[in-house]
Amino acid sequence: MEKVINGTAVQVNDQGYLTDLNEWNKDVSIEIAKEEGITMTDEHWEVIAYLQDQYRNNVPLSIRGIKKSGVINIKDFYRLFPGGPLKKASKIAGIPKPVSCI
Amino acid sequence: MNTNPEVLTAKPEAPAKVRKMLLILSKATIDNVYAAFILANGARMEGIESEIFFTFFGLEAIQKDKLDKLHVATVGNPAMHIPTLLGGLPGMEALATKMMKKEMEKLDIPPVGEFLEILSDSGVKLWACKLAMDMFHLEREDLIDEIDEVITVGDFYGRAEGEGTHLMFI
Repeated sequence: MEKVINGTAVQVNDQGYLTDLNEWNKDVSIEIAKEEGITMTDEHWEVIAYLQDQYRNNVPLSIRGIKKSGVINIKDFYRLFPGGPLKKASKIAGIPKPVSCI
Repeated sequence: MNTNPEVLTAKPEAPAKVRKMLLILSKATIDNVYAAFILANGARMEGIESEIFFTFFGLEAIQKDKLDKLHVATVGNPAMHIPTLLGGLPGMEALATKMMKKEMEKLDIPPVGEFLEILSDSGVKLWACKLAMDMFHLEREDLIDEIDEVITVGDFYGRAEGEGTHLMFI
């Protein structure tokens, strides 16, 4: 379905995840983050860039992957994206909701 | 049987959302330990609080010198599809455990020690049961550093307050 975010029309699924990463940009991202109650900072953008890289390289996301990322540790990940960090961060990054149970 | 139409059509109240999972781990077989860990981590990943109370044999999963040596049970476990007599042969448990660990590694499931670090970093509270500690003559130093505290059953129940709290015994 179509959703207008900050004046830009993007395609999202029924849970609000972008269906095409090409439609992602920082303005869209900031708006989605706001909806999730998150104000973006440099720290956030670093994580978002990492998640998008992983997605482009077809690496499934997991909390173990975050631990090994070298970009952020798990404690800070929860601090930056409180209340379901991997789900929220993926939404803000414009990539699909992670499917792993870990 | 109540045939009052009002009663029959009355909708039950929507259950409260899960806000906190309190898991009690009383066993040290790998399948049970991982069930507890995956449920605890899964809760945090959904924004749900979670805590694990390690009691009885569950304490083996948080003892520094034992947590890497947990096994799957090959005897008395029909789902293993190994006849009981064979399951008891020397080396069977080790073999089955090795195979299971290999499969878990393929799915990127961390080993017990690393999983405990992940849980602790994710904000899962980890408690050890005082009575079981006394029974097995264990000291705080025998446990991994990530354990928050050694507490009593009463202390643990005290953590259950608040709507949407669920207790699960494993």
